[in-house]
Amino acid sequence: MQMLAEVDTPVENEEKAIISARDVSVFYGDKQALNKVSLEIPVNKITSLIGPSGCGKSTFLRCLNRMNDTVEGCRVEGKILLDGADIYDAKVDEVLLRARVGMVFQKPNPFPKSIYDNVAYGPRIHGLAHNKDELDDIVLTSLEKAGLLKEVRDRLNSTGTGLSGGQQQRLCIARALAVQPDIILMDEPCSALDPIATAKVEELIEELRENYTIIIVTHSMQQAARISQKTAFFHLGEIVEVGDTEQLFTSPKDERTQGYITGRFG
Amino acid sequence: MTDMAPTSSSAKSWDSDETRANLKRRHRSEKRFRVLGLTAIFIALTLLAILIISIAGKGATAFIQTTISLDVTFAEQKIDPKGTRDQEVLRGASYGSLVREALRAEFPEVKSRKDLRVLFNLVSNGSPNKLRKMVMENPELIGQTVRVQFAASDDIDMFTKGYIPRDVPEDDRRVKDKEIAWYDQLAEKGMVETRFNSDFFTSGDSREPEIAGIWGAIVGSFYTLFITFMISFPVGVMSAIYLEEFAPKNKFTDIVEVNINNLAAVPSIVFGLLGLALFLNVAHLPRSAPVVGGLTLALMTLPTIIIAARASIRAIPDSIRDAALGLGASRQQMVFHHVLPLSMPGIMTGTIIGLSQALGETAPLLMIGMVAFIVDIPGGVTDPATVLPVQIFLWADSPERAFVEKTSGAIIVLLGFLVFMNAVAVMLRKKFERRW
Ligand SMILES: Nc1ncnc2c1ncn2[C@@H]1O[C@H](COP(=O)(O)OP(=O)(O)OP(=O)(O)O)[C@@H](O)[C@H]1O
Ligand SMILES: [Mg+2]
Repeated sequence: MQMLAEVDTPVENEEKAIISARDVSVFYGDKQALNKVSLEIPVNKITSLIGPSGCGKSTFLRCLNRMNDTVEGCRVEGKILLDGADIYDAKVDEVLLRARVGMVFQKPNPFPKSIYDNVAYGPRIHGLAHNKDELDDIVLTSLEKAGLLKEVRDRLNSTGTGLSGGQQQRLCIARALAVQPDIILMDEPCSALDPIATAKVEELIEELRENYTIIIVTHSMQQAARISQKTAFFHLGEIVEVGDTEQLFTSPKDERTQGYITGRFG
Repeated sequence: MTDMAPTSSSAKSWDSDETRANLKRRHRSEKRFRVLGLTAIFIALTLLAILIISIAGKGATAFIQTTISLDVTFAEQKIDPKGTRDQEVLRGASYGSLVREALRAEFPEVKSRKDLRVLFNLVSNGSPNKLRKMVMENPELIGQTVRVQFAASDDIDMFTKGYIPRDVPEDDRRVKDKEIAWYDQLAEKGMVETRFNSDFFTSGDSREPEIAGIWGAIVGSFYTLFITFMISFPVGVMSAIYLEEFAPKNKFTDIVEVNINNLAAVPSIVFGLLGLALFLNVAHLPRSAPVVGGLTLALMTLPTIIIAARASIRAIPDSIRDAALGLGASRQQMVFHHVLPLSMPGIMTGTIIGLSQALGETAPLLMIGMVAFIVDIPGGVTDPATVLPVQIFLWADSPERAFVEKTSGAIIVLLGFLVFMNAVAVMLRKKFERRW
């Protein structure tokens, strides 16, 4: 309750958490993937989750928009508060939640439809546009925000799967933006991209920070250091260390963090 | 093999006698396998060729018909003595006598009753019906003399096509010397002709092979398949969607899954018995009707469609599902906006294959009485009907020589439909093939 109050009071923008996870444990059947993880996600900041493979970063990320609900046998314990309300509350509709908390996946996964339809799909199912013009508007601004409009303006009707990998990923970001979420979850969005495409996507993510809260899982220390303001280091299903990115990368308190960011294990 | 010797010795071993022998053995075995594969394909193709050649050889003549043209006098006295032109009167008139008169006029020298009977048998028994139809359609004909092309009787037809040779002793021949003489006379006058047998495609079954056609069976098959499709497609696809996308994975769904697979292996005649018990004895639906046949075949097709649909739904990558759900689509929206449209080509392919199985199915239909002799073209799903494979079965069972070619002809038509359906399935698959 005390934390809740803190969330509600208009504190310094720096400290305001839009999501706070409290003692979140996740089980796949009998196997525990996360153990009592607590994390505050500051609003309009980029938070990166790092850690060795299999430590539960994706699992944590998928808790935040309840994508874990679709996994057979997955059980989530603890509380995740979004603007102070528990998203695992029985009254919460996960469909609406996912509209507020968008997601971009590791592998670009555009629908095998036209570029236009890819972006228009979210607004269509949520009834965000009342006529064709409004829809066009949403699609174009989303593509613009995702930095893709220039490249695809004259082929909005060709299929989204025909784009290059980096373009596809930016299309997926545009698709997520079109639903007008508050938060965007990104699970290794650049792992399938070459350095140039990665740079473009990173640039885009930094721009998006102004209007969105972004949580990004990454295996690249440099990426985390470059773009994020807050970093959480996961290890074996627990958060070992969390703090300002700069502080965590320059003077980590835990020696496991130290080991990981200097490449001694992972 | 197991020794991890220094690199120098292992490099040397690539050139040893042992390696070379090994290599040779491997190449030999590869070659042997290739020869075996080619042989297998060759055998399969040969058998297929034999099948097609023999059926086509026997059945090709079914598409040709021998006709005899006669000058028929539509005497008013015989058809409509009172001149009323009433439909009932026209229908009831004795058209047989018109045909007989025409033949008698052609061969005035034939006098004895026995010979006359043989003479009248030159043309099909269906000839009076043909005249009736002509007059009913066009009463103007009454009072005129018109040359009409009649189907020859089945024996004459067989004779024309060479199935009854001239040079065997008369006693072993169904067409006697006298008939041959008359036939030759007619032929000399140019009154015997062979032409494309359009009757075969436009008329229903008949006891007279020369006028029996498959249209009734084609229409029956169409209605039956229509019912089969209407039942098994929605039910099958919905079951597949539910099982793949919504059902929890537990003991119960495991049992359902195993049973669906078992159902696909149940002999079709068992479905016939089920249909008999369910649709005829309990629901009292009409016997011999496409609706019952369709329902029965739907039971049989259902597992095929469910299995095919599940396979193609499962082939849709999860990333598409994640993408839709991640945007806030509900499960149902995800399925109907993305998964189902994407898996539709696969589902259609499976459905077409299931339906073509149903099209060729005979046994279960025998159980529900679709084996009756039906002359009329069915006008709806509740009219008595027969279907193509049952028609083939019925004709194959008939003693007349002329039904042999009809049987093969019908098989050709059935195979044509099957090839067509499978071609559509292949085309669908090719057209919508997708790389992720
Ligand atoms: N669907 C699942 N069923 C069972 N176990 C799972 C499932 N998904 C993940 N796990 C397990 O949960 C643990 C955490 O997995 P998670 O995918 O969150 O790791 P990660 O940190 O994202 O790793 P990576 O960096 O390789 O993506 C792993 O041990 C994994 O085996
Ligand atoms: Mg992961």
